[in-house]
Amino acid sequence: MRVSEAFVLAHRLRVRPRETAAEADALARLAAWCGRYTSYVSLLAPDALLLEVGGSLALYGGLDRLIEHVRGGVAELGYTACLAAAPTPLGAAWLARCGREARILDHAELAGALAELPLDCLGLEPKQEELLRGLGLATLIDCVRLPRDGIARRVGPHVLDLLDRAFGRKPDPRPAFVPPEHFRARLTLPAPATMRDALLFPLRRLLFELAGFLLARGLGALSLEIALHGARASAMRFTLRLATPSRDPQYLTSLVRERLERLLLAEPVEDVALEVTAFAPLGAQAGDFFTGFETPAERRAQLLERLQARLGRDAVQGLATRADHRPERAWCAVVPGASSRAPGNGRRPLWLLSEPMALEVRDGRPYWEGPLTLEPDCERIESGWWDGAEARRDYFIARHPDGRCFWVFRDLRAPAQWFLHGLFG
Amino acid sequence: MSLQQVLQRPDVWRGSHSPETPTIATGIVALDALLPGGGWPANALTDVVLAREGIGELRLLLPAIAHLSRGDRWIAFIAPPYIPYAPALAAAGVDLSRLLLVHPRGRAEHLWAIETSLRAGACAAVLGWVQDVTAAHLRRWQLAAEAGGALGVLFQRQNIPHSPAALRLQLAPADGTALALTILKRRGGWPVGPVRLELDHAVAVPAAAGFSARDMQPRRAAG
Repeated sequence: MRVSEAFVLAHRLRVRPRETAAEADALARLAAWCGRYTSYVSLLAPDALLLEVGGSLALYGGLDRLIEHVRGGVAELGYTACLAAAPTPLGAAWLARCGREARILDHAELAGALAELPLDCLGLEPKQEELLRGLGLATLIDCVRLPRDGIARRVGPHVLDLLDRAFGRKPDPRPAFVPPEHFRARLTLPAPATMRDALLFPLRRLLFELAGFLLARGLGALSLEIALHGARASAMRFTLRLATPSRDPQYLTSLVRERLERLLLAEPVEDVALEVTAFAPLGAQAGDFFTGFETPAERRAQLLERLQARLGRDAVQGLATRADHRPERAWCAVVPGASSRAPGNGRRPLWLLSEPMALEVRDGRPYWEGPLTLEPDCERIESGWWDGAEARRDYFIARHPDGRCFWVFRDLRAPAQWFLHGLFG
Repeated sequence: MSLQQVLQRPDVWRGSHSPETPTIATGIVALDALLPGGGWPANALTDVVLAREGIGELRLLLPAIAHLSRGDRWIAFIAPPYIPYAPALAAAGVDLSRLLLVHPRGRAEHLWAIETSLRAGACAAVLGWVQDVTAAHLRRWQLAAEAGGALGVLFQRQNIPHSPAALRLQLAPADGTALALTILKRRGGWPVGPVRLELDHAVAVPAAAGFSARDMQPRRAAG
């Protein structure tokens, strides 16, 4: 149909140029995703993918189940596909292109199904197709019934070659699709999104696509880079880092959801892009088929990642001891889960103030919410002259009249000044 | 709703009957004796009311934290008022590699972090410092603690009427190294207190030597 004819039928039609590059990209991404079903995927441009599934049938419990699995997955990705299975690649491709969702396992049945297909699935030059039609041929069976040398003479030997491969009389090796090194996918939204929730749906689709890519390659993602593009040039970008590799689309979606909670949309988003460049090997696990069987370490990592996604990386810390006599340097914040082994010394409070607090002195005694009584034992800490943060202090345990215990010190360089440094909580 | 269903609600208890709930030994003999089942209520919320921090509230929990930190789940501190001091925690037998310090920036994030940590199934204990929460928040957290199998402990300044927490304590400083402890509510028992608890030895004695490993297993009340 020509554009002018279409306008007669629907005058409010909006016409957009066909983007063949985007189509080819989508087909390649779909091929990478299909790698989860078989290690042998082949592109049949411009619109078909060939999957060698003979070895995967047992894993999925038969052809019907496998086909339903593929159909569901393709729908999740936002595509509709016509799925046909046949003993030869061209046979399956022609059946699918003609909209026949056949599931054929033997050659005799295939010959019967192919017989009725129209001539145009051969993909001949218009002139040649015209010629065959002129001879009164309409379907493939008509071609097959003609003497072979007659066909070869009239339209060339390649038509015989195509038919032989489709009917399985000749081997038909196909080049295997080689998936790209990195995962990079972009999706244009049907309408600019102003709400964060509207972004979740397209991102979910991209994450689902990512999951297939990762499963095909036996990998898990270690960090996700997400860019939200609006009308203006600069995109909003964020990165989600994972403590342990994952390819569970539900889990990755939940992380992205938490991260979006923290996001302020500066402008409407027109398309979203997902890129993954950091991977780690991830063997086949029960978790791919039955969720909820994580190990304790995986559960710890998942909670950590959820908290970091929503609150920010810096908002979640672990604690470690350090071998330093200065109390404020005898600990440090670390990545949660990191272990440390530094010897402890002396009696230490459970709570430390982030900065020592200067105390008033009344009647010669330090005072904080009341007069403090010092215990007789004193611990002298002199350290750090080499790094510019020298400490020369006498630490005491001080008692408040109500029974509370504090950790206070006197700076030896200014002995009249007392500081509160910790609480024996 | 049948009577059985009513009795199964976490905020309903019968005064004369000790429910069979798993507990985690506190590591403090005098405290275990006061608590139903002989320990902190596991998979439930404990609500600690205190006028100010730094009176011994952490020492009270320290033996249980040290024990739980040797398991395979996190111990989460959510919005602690000061820095939990690593050398003192390590000296008390806490495995620091299991600690998770969470510093939420806003109130919504704060409440979310507590619920998420309780519910995740990845925390053995969640210690949260909160202000201005309502019984509705506590009810959510109580359910999250049950779902996630976490010991949830909330520290707050005010006493919330009708709190659904399984255990409610009020703490105040006492003379010496002791703590005055009042049990405002416990399952299967009447309020108690105030009771004077000597806490000093809980810190001075290394946690592993203070009580036998058998005592630290979650256990069930005699019924």
